[in-house]
Amino acid sequence: MRNIMLLVRRELGAYLKSPMGYIIVAAVLAINGIFFNAFALGGRPKFSFEVLRLFFYFSFGTSLIASIFLSMRLIAEDRQSGTLTLLLTSPIRDHEIVLGKFLSAWLFFAMMTLLSIYMPLLIFVNGKVSFGHIFSGYLGLLLVGAAAMAVGIFGSSIAKNQLIAVVTTAALVVLLIVFWLVAQISDPPIKDIAAYLALYNKHFINFERGVIHTRDIAYYLSVTYVFLLLTTHVLQARRWR
Amino acid sequence: MIRAKGLTKFYGEHRAIEDINFEVESGEIVGILGLNGAGKTTTLRILSCLLLPTSGSVELQGVDILENPHAVRSLVGFLPETPPLYPEMTVEAFLSFAGQLRGLSGQSVNDRLERVLELTDTKAVRHQVIDTLSHGYRQRVGIAQAIIHDPPVLILDEPISGLDPKQIVEVRQMLCSLRGEHTILISSHNLPEISQTCDRLLIIDKGALVASCTEEELTARQSGGHRLLVGVHGDLEKSTSTIKALENVSDCVVVEAPTLSARPMEETHYLQVDSVDDVRETIAKDLVNAGIGLVHLAPAELESMVLQLLGGEDEPAASPRKEVA
Repeated sequence: MRNIMLLVRRELGAYLKSPMGYIIVAAVLAINGIFFNAFALGGRPKFSFEVLRLFFYFSFGTSLIASIFLSMRLIAEDRQSGTLTLLLTSPIRDHEIVLGKFLSAWLFFAMMTLLSIYMPLLIFVNGKVSFGHIFSGYLGLLLVGAAAMAVGIFGSSIAKNQLIAVVTTAALVVLLIVFWLVAQISDPPIKDIAAYLALYNKHFINFERGVIHTRDIAYYLSVTYVFLLLTTHVLQARRWR
Repeated sequence: MIRAKGLTKFYGEHRAIEDINFEVESGEIVGILGLNGAGKTTTLRILSCLLLPTSGSVELQGVDILENPHAVRSLVGFLPETPPLYPEMTVEAFLSFAGQLRGLSGQSVNDRLERVLELTDTKAVRHQVIDTLSHGYRQRVGIAQAIIHDPPVLILDEPISGLDPKQIVEVRQMLCSLRGEHTILISSHNLPEISQTCDRLLIIDKGALVASCTEEELTARQSGGHRLLVGVHGDLEKSTSTIKALENVSDCVVVEAPTLSARPMEETHYLQVDSVDDVRETIAKDLVNAGIGLVHLAPAELESMVLQLLGGEDEPAASPRKEVA
């Protein structure tokens, strides 16, 4: 745990010192703000519930994109600069490296996500929503962010540079999203499997409606766990190459 | 201290090293030499637990790197060819992080930090961001991160690469100051540096260990005793016959002008002389008595020995040009 926290502190410091972190936060907050104003508040009159649901709907997209860009540097940058050698020759286990890096990126993502809290709170000016709905939506965003971040660190571990890491991660995330399309055109049992694997359709819809299901939490945690495990194996395999 | 047995590493079908065996005693400074692609870096990477061998074993202080790599990593400080530095951190913050990563507690890091900054002469830049450091200082910080946890074994891959002559001397002095405290393995292309710093040499060629000896042993092996480089000005025939007439001289060949004579005098020739004993005094006396100008007389550099051992006789520095009858 000590090693993980040591890495978390260092990596968080790297995000806070680099302009890239601030650029991503600023871009996400600006896009969320514009969408909130244009689509959630604008247009035909809506119930407060619908406004909040729309906010979480487009926040899902911006969160995914932010996660992809925040995670691209996690291992690819270390490989490019040679600092991966420092980590791999230190008495720190591979899973601690992966967890430390993942947690730092996720904590930065969580801070960024929670900065948008003023938008749901604005609904209270002219409407009324439950805090449970807000909590559910944010829980969903944090879980989606964790899953996308785990996919991102895996992409970063197999890519030679950060550009390839972004492309690889984006491809994997899109693949996870379009499983719902596969579910539309296939028969059981593939239909059920594909529907379960879809990143948005079956699972996030519940969170954005204010419904928390254990199976949805388990899904996002499973995706996170699988990709973190794969990343650890990629690091271990590097020692044999 | 370090015991490598049958060390072999394949990258796919490509053999990087094969059946390398050696031992390094505690407190020794050992130089690993070889041409590019010989397998030096692969060997060092295995010793530092960055890579796992395809077969064979390595023990550091009795701990096997395959059985307990985690423990071995605590015993080793490693400086790869490119120093592993985080550019956005200050020198002090980075060294503190590296120390804690190697298992030091916060207080131990602070205590050790002062000593390491002093040893590597980086106190002046301790608060400077690494990205703004010169190449020389980056190299020093790279060495500092390798010794921050006071490891018994220090593995340095090209530690003086890219340094200017003044910095090379400073790094050499620093390495010599670590003698006895640490067992050090150094890989370098700078053979004079290895010659001045190391107690013993491991020479790797095409993935195989071809020599494990001191410089003196290598000289004796390659020349049958001593090897001298003699620069003469004047009659080449007379010079060689004078030298060959000396007792104990076993061989005398004309070689290309070594780098030390970038602008050789006209009519200057260099001779490589192998002898059973040190015949420097006799050669000097006889050549001068014979009226031949003596412009250089010194033991042959390590470079010529290594090149000869590795079959690189065609290299420009001190390579045989022709046999004198």
